[in-house]
Amino acid sequence: MAKHKTPMLDQLESGPWPSFVSDLKEQAQRRAKNKEGVEFQIPTDVVEDLLGVLELSFEHGRTHWKHGGIVGVFGYGGGVIGRYCDQPEAFSGVAHFHTMRINQPGGKYYKTDYLKQLCDLWDLRGSGITNMHGSTGDIILLGTTTPQLEEVFYELTHNMNQDLGGSGSNLRTPSDCIGSSRCEYACYDTQGLCFDLTQEYQDELHRPAFPYKFKFKFDGCPNCCVASIARADLSFIGTWKDAIKIDQEAVQGYIGGEFKPNAGAHSGRDWGAFDIQKEVIGLCPTECMIMDGKTLKINNKECNRCMHCINVMPRALRIGDQRGLSVFAGAKAPILDGAQMGSLIVPFIEAEPPYTKIKEEVIEPIWDWWMEEGKNRERLGELMKRQGLQRMIEVLGVDPDPRMVQEPRSNPYIFWKEDEVEGGWDRDIEEFRKHHQR
Amino acid sequence: MEYEEAKQKIVETLTKKLKTKSKFYFNDLAKILESKPREAKKVVNKLVQEGVLEYWSSGSTSMYGLSGTGKQAGAEGEDKEK
Repeated sequence: MAKHKTPMLDQLESGPWPSFVSDLKEQAQRRAKNKEGVEFQIPTDVVEDLLGVLELSFEHGRTHWKHGGIVGVFGYGGGVIGRYCDQPEAFSGVAHFHTMRINQPGGKYYKTDYLKQLCDLWDLRGSGITNMHGSTGDIILLGTTTPQLEEVFYELTHNMNQDLGGSGSNLRTPSDCIGSSRCEYACYDTQGLCFDLTQEYQDELHRPAFPYKFKFKFDGCPNCCVASIARADLSFIGTWKDAIKIDQEAVQGYIGGEFKPNAGAHSGRDWGAFDIQKEVIGLCPTECMIMDGKTLKINNKECNRCMHCINVMPRALRIGDQRGLSVFAGAKAPILDGAQMGSLIVPFIEAEPPYTKIKEEVIEPIWDWWMEEGKNRERLGELMKRQGLQRMIEVLGVDPDPRMVQEPRSNPYIFWKEDEVEGGWDRDIEEFRKHHQR
Repeated sequence: MEYEEAKQKIVETLTKKLKTKSKFYFNDLAKILESKPREAKKVVNKLVQEGVLEYWSSGSTSMYGLSGTGKQAGAEGEDKEK
């Protein structure tokens, strides 16, 4: 019999979708039975109390969690988020219910023994409830008490070679796609860059001194599997400078039905014979492709890296050989000003270790600017909007580039400063009057 | 500015404001120290390490306060110890 009655939560289980309520009830029962004989270090009924306090919040129409907390592990200002319940007498199991954010492995590659070790640790010293994964990408461990924090941290760092991630006004846990480890579209080693920057910026990750959160995300190609362009303050998206490589024989193979388009991803129903004109050429957003007899031609200068043709015909079309990445800045979810996509600030930069140029010419100047001029709780994208893209490129010391213009007649104006113009603003008025009357 | 001088300045200013405020943004501390954020960070990190300041986090935003002050201190049982 459940410790608390939860009629409103029970109703949530009635839909056709998987329910977190069912999962929590299952976990509550598992802890109550404790078949494995775990010596729980936090209250056994933590999950039942979690359900109870959530039901009460639904009943009252307001939260029963206090706002934030002071807890953490020694030397770290992030990775632990204090959560305290404001009804500790009724729900003593969740009086302390702190969250720990764990820096997920690169590309989210882990072995089952790692997961088992992590879950065993969390069953022993926490609620056993996890969120795999949080929006930033971290492994989130939900619910433990203050005395367990250092214990969990010790186990993670000493026995699992595993660090905490970022939270608060920190560099957040950098997140990457699987990159060149398994994907032929990867234009750079996403895991290499992600790991290098994680190591380089340990102080920024663990000790908060930014105006607000700051996110790095790494996508190996413009397919953007980690959606960096929509979420990261600085997103690193793989691209190439030269031409898309075309295997004309394979193009004919797709046309003749020898190869399935999209590598068979849409083979669940019969879409009819493959029509290259309709399914590839006609859908090119910049209209840069034509079939010239039996030859597919691409005007690469017009290509905007939408990836559609490569996705449809991966055997025939491949990314170019001069590879690197583009940097976009300022993406964020809505709080102020609505959601923003990243703006292109560096059209192309090479991504080879030790990545000095990326660090010294892109990341650090942006941080210096944002740390000095950003208001409290102002994301980079909001500062860019407040001070303008022009100020941003001034900070980076790069020249304006047509590719930075989002759309014509929206933000195309470049205001020159006197020192940027030959001869400055001074003019010979006599010479001017020869051509213009007063 | 020497570390001890910086520490005194922070403790004095934060103590004065304690009646109305117990949590401060990093930028507030940098302003008190009249230094650039990167310089201020070195001092603030050391103050946290020494236990003069402590972090507070909502999960999305981090702030700083004098150790043992603020309403969260109560939840950790610190009021009873005093």
